[in-house]
Formats: sequence, structure tokens, C-alpha cells
Amino acid sequence: MDIFELTIHELSGKLNAGEVSSVEATRAMLARIGSVEPRVGSFITLTPESALAEAEAADRRIASGEAHVLTGIPLALKDIFLTEGIRTTCGSRILHNFVPPYSATSWERLRDSGCVLLGKLNQDEFAMGSSNESSAFGITRNPWDTTCIPGGSSGGSAAAIAARQATATLGTDTGGSIRQPASHCGCVGLKPTYGRVSRYGVIAYASSLDQVGPITRDVTDCAIMLGAIAGHDPKDSTSVRTPVPDYTAALTGDVRGLKIGLPKEYFIAGLDRDVQESMDRAIETYGRLGAEFVEISLPHTDYAVATYYLIATAEASSNLARYDGVRFGHRSGHAEGLIDMMTKSRSEGFGAEVKRRIMLGTYALSSGYYDAYYVKAQKVRTLIMGDFTRAFENVDVILTPVAPTPAFKIGEKVDDPLQMYLSDIFTIPVNLAGTCAMSVPAGFSASGLPIGLQLIGRPFGEETILRAGHAFEQATEWHARKAAI
Amino acid sequence: MSTGTACRAPDKSNCVMEHSVMKITVANVEYVARLARLALSEAETDLFAGQMDAILGYVDKLNELDTADIRPTSHAVPMENAFREDAVASSIGVGKALANAPDRVDSFYRVPKVIE
Repeated sequence: MDIFELTIHELSGKLNAGEVSSVEATRAMLARIGSVEPRVGSFITLTPESALAEAEAADRRIASGEAHVLTGIPLALKDIFLTEGIRTTCGSRILHNFVPPYSATSWERLRDSGCVLLGKLNQDEFAMGSSNESSAFGITRNPWDTTCIPGGSSGGSAAAIAARQATATLGTDTGGSIRQPASHCGCVGLKPTYGRVSRYGVIAYASSLDQVGPITRDVTDCAIMLGAIAGHDPKDSTSVRTPVPDYTAALTGDVRGLKIGLPKEYFIAGLDRDVQESMDRAIETYGRLGAEFVEISLPHTDYAVATYYLIATAEASSNLARYDGVRFGHRSGHAEGLIDMMTKSRSEGFGAEVKRRIMLGTYALSSGYYDAYYVKAQKVRTLIMGDFTRAFENVDVILTPVAPTPAFKIGEKVDDPLQMYLSDIFTIPVNLAGTCAMSVPAGFSASGLPIGLQLIGRPFGEETILRAGHAFEQATEWHARKAAI
Repeated sequence: MSTGTACRAPDKSNCVMEHSVMKITVANVEYVARLARLALSEAETDLFAGQMDAILGYVDKLNELDTADIRPTSHAVPMENAFREDAVASSIGVGKALANAPDRVDSFYRVPKVIE
């Protein structure tokens, strides 16, 4: 098997057995990237020289016997993670020339384990999008069908896994931006509980919703990555001190007696037929594995998208106020006076979707509207959280589709933002509730596009969703199918 | 007050928002753009007015819920203030901090003057 086809755990075994070196693995990934990139466009920045230097250091560390399971593994990061000395754009023109003076904690932890950074991955601008079509650096194509979107906003991260351009990647998820692209690209994506992983050095979109998580080839890799990045960070005051368990130890393969909630609001009439079929087969599989099903209700589901597009846009309007051309990033050359300079820098640097969300958020927070919109949305958020708290009194995990349809065509929804927003219906509630969820491959559409299922866990219940996802994966063949690219 | 008719179609592909009055006018958009320090062209202003109107019409559905006795959630996970010792630690230094400055003079960012 080609090196670029290997998972973290497979490659790690070979590295530690001396069958392959990290330098060879890194060269293999760089060659693979070169051959596939023109058709996929996963990357914004490639870092081959530093990658090979890191690989050499990793090989020395492996030889000395001090290796971690991630030592020497070539991976890539969504361009939302600050990487010291390496350009970081967040998919935006306004940061096209920004070179961070420090690194994100999650990257530092992976780097300290000996990971090799291949480059920075394409994304929707400032993480605002579900299709990767709003990047200032071009679109990314779905490796399973290059006329389709890979999903977003972590589209580059998921496409890179599906195209086998990186052994593993990190993404971020604010309304579904890890889980939805993972579903559309046939890979595993996990959004941890809010506070599980440090957000230090992650360019902020909506601070009460953003979370960092892995996008990987299988559930075992996901558990490995999560274990490496999770844990309290003094530099992120929203990170929690809850101890980090050994997530790989949770992968027992045993889900007998696992209580799976099926929320009736997610299994609506009119769900895409291929998605419905995949879910029906998944339910059968879990039944054979000994799980039990409980029909549940999450009654405020229908209000989640509206709630999200008030809270997230309000927080974004505040977070993106820092991009003003003063201290970093694009500064307009045509301005007269300070305010004009800020206004022109922002207008020249931001794309349409970012401007639209800033406008919505500013409106929702403006005098006279703050209570009617923002506070109202925060109250509905309490109701949505309550739905999940009550549900988890009776079930261990909740099983739902990830997206209402498989990946749509490039250009299909760009002219109707509301249509685009409504496609996040199944993923958004999890961010509002602050809890954890994972997408795992669960089938394919008639036209060969991947379909994922979502496992939602209670807060800090990542072990349970990893166990449930792993058992399903091992009982099915979906994860073994590869995009023919 | 306008009332939006919420779209109930499962895939929402034929969603049509009906309003008796547009909530968002061009004047609203211009005002908000000024607050957000964004300069929009006339075409962008018109486009955003229509799109924002549709989106805000959609979020109106939150008013179907009685939240009079509900407390707002600003933070999903129960947390307390994260304090640390008030002790001086090293910082990244002026050089690194200003390395991305579009226009730097010594340890200052230079900007156009405020014009009244």
C-alpha cells in the first residue's frame, strides 16, 4: 500500500518498526499533494522545507526511542490555526500577508509530539460558510466528485483526508464546520465539548461556539488526535480543567446495551432518500451490535438555525472588529483619514459572506434591537440546551443525519444565503448546546457521494461517541472505500 | 409591523418569504454599515438589504417562543472566572508584536490622522 494511504496508527507502526522513515513519509505526502492539488485545491500554503526538517528531527527522535504515536506523522492544519512564522490567512484577503508571531496551543501540542506540518488548508473565509466557496484563495473541490463542494468551513481539511494528501488534519467547528465536510468527504470529524480543546491561537469567529477538532481517516486516528490536543490551557480562560482520558482505551468495540436516542425532529419526511436509507441501515447495524433505541424529542430543533445566525453573527461582528488595517493585515492605500482607512481596509479585505454576517450581527446588537434579537436568541439557546440535558437523562448517545443531503454542486447555493444556512440544521444545535458530536462514514448516495451519520454525546462524553462510532465503523465497510482521485 | 410567513417545506427549496413591509431599508443598511466600518457600493447595499430582510424575517420565528421566564445563556459550559497570579511574565516583545505592522515607526503603529 502507498504510504499516503496509511492511517496514523498504521504509519506510526511502520515508523516505529523502522520500515519507513518520517522523511520518506513526508516526501510521499508532498508528492501526492503535488499530483492531486490541481484537481482538488485543498491547500493555501505548503511548507515543504520546514516539513522535511521536522521529519528529520522526528526520525532522530524515533531512533532514540522517545517517540509518541504521533511522532513523524505528516499532517496539515486549517488556515485558521496560527502557526508561528508561517503565513496564516483564515481564507481571507485581509490576512493575505499575515505571519503570526506565535502558534496555536493545539498546533504546539501536536508539534511537541513530533508531527510534521505539510501546510495550511483552505477554508471558507473566517470560517463562515458550509461549502468552502467563500475562500479568497479559490474553491476546494470534493475528491469524490470534483463538480461538488467538499463542505465547509473546514473544506480543505476534509478534502485533504479524502484525497489522501495528509495523514490527519485539524479543523474548527462553530455550526458544523468539522462534521459537515467530514460527512461530505467520507471521513471522520469530531467536534469536542466546548472547552475541551484550547482555542488559543485559533482565529475567532464566534467565541461561545468555536471548537477545535480532528478530521481523520478513521475513528482510531480521531481518538489519537483528540488525546494529543485536549486539556486545560492557561492561555485559554474558556478551557476546562476536566482531566483528559485515554480516548483510544474507549475503543472497545462493545456497544451492547448502549442507549441510542433517535430524535423525531431530525428524521423528517422529505429527508433526502439516500440519507434516509443510510440512516435506516445504520440503525439496523447498531441493532445487530446490541444497542437499544429510544425515540426522543428535541422540541426546539426548529429554532436552532435562527438562534445560531443571531448569536454567531453578533459574536463575529465583535470579533472581526480587530481587522482594521492598523496593526496587521491588509491596509488600504487609498484612504483619507483614520476612519476612512479602517473602512476601506475592511471593505477591500473582506468577502461578501463575511460582510453579510458582520452586518447581521451589528444590526442584532445595535441599540433598540439588542433585546429583541441577541438576548432573545440567548434565551432560546437555554431552551435548546435544556432539550439535550433532558434527552441525556434517558440515552447515552443521540444518532442523527449530519446533513439533509449529500454534497451539492459548486455554485448551487451561492446566490441564496438563507438556503445555505438552512443546510446546517442538524449540526448547529450541538454547538449551541456546547456538547460533543462526531460524523462517521455511513454510506454513499446513488451517485457515489459520501453520507455521514452524526453521534451526539453529553458534555465531556467524547469516549462514548468514539466507542459508538468505532464499533459502527468496524462493523461496516464505508471507511475503507477511497475516492478514485 | 410586517409579519413573515415562515417556510415549512422540508427541503426549503421553494421557500418564498412574504412580507407586507420590508423590514430592512437601504437607510438601515447604510447605518449599520457605518457602525461596522464597511463601505458598500449601491449594488451591494441593495443586495444586502434584500438578503438581510429575508434572513431577519426568518429569525422572527423565535418570537413564537415564550421566553419571558428563561435566562439567557452566554456560556454553554459551567465555568467560573479563570484567574492567575498577578505576576509579571515574559511577553513576545515589541519586535515580534509589530512585525506585521503595515506602517511602523520605532515602537509605534503609524496611521492617517483623524480628520474632522
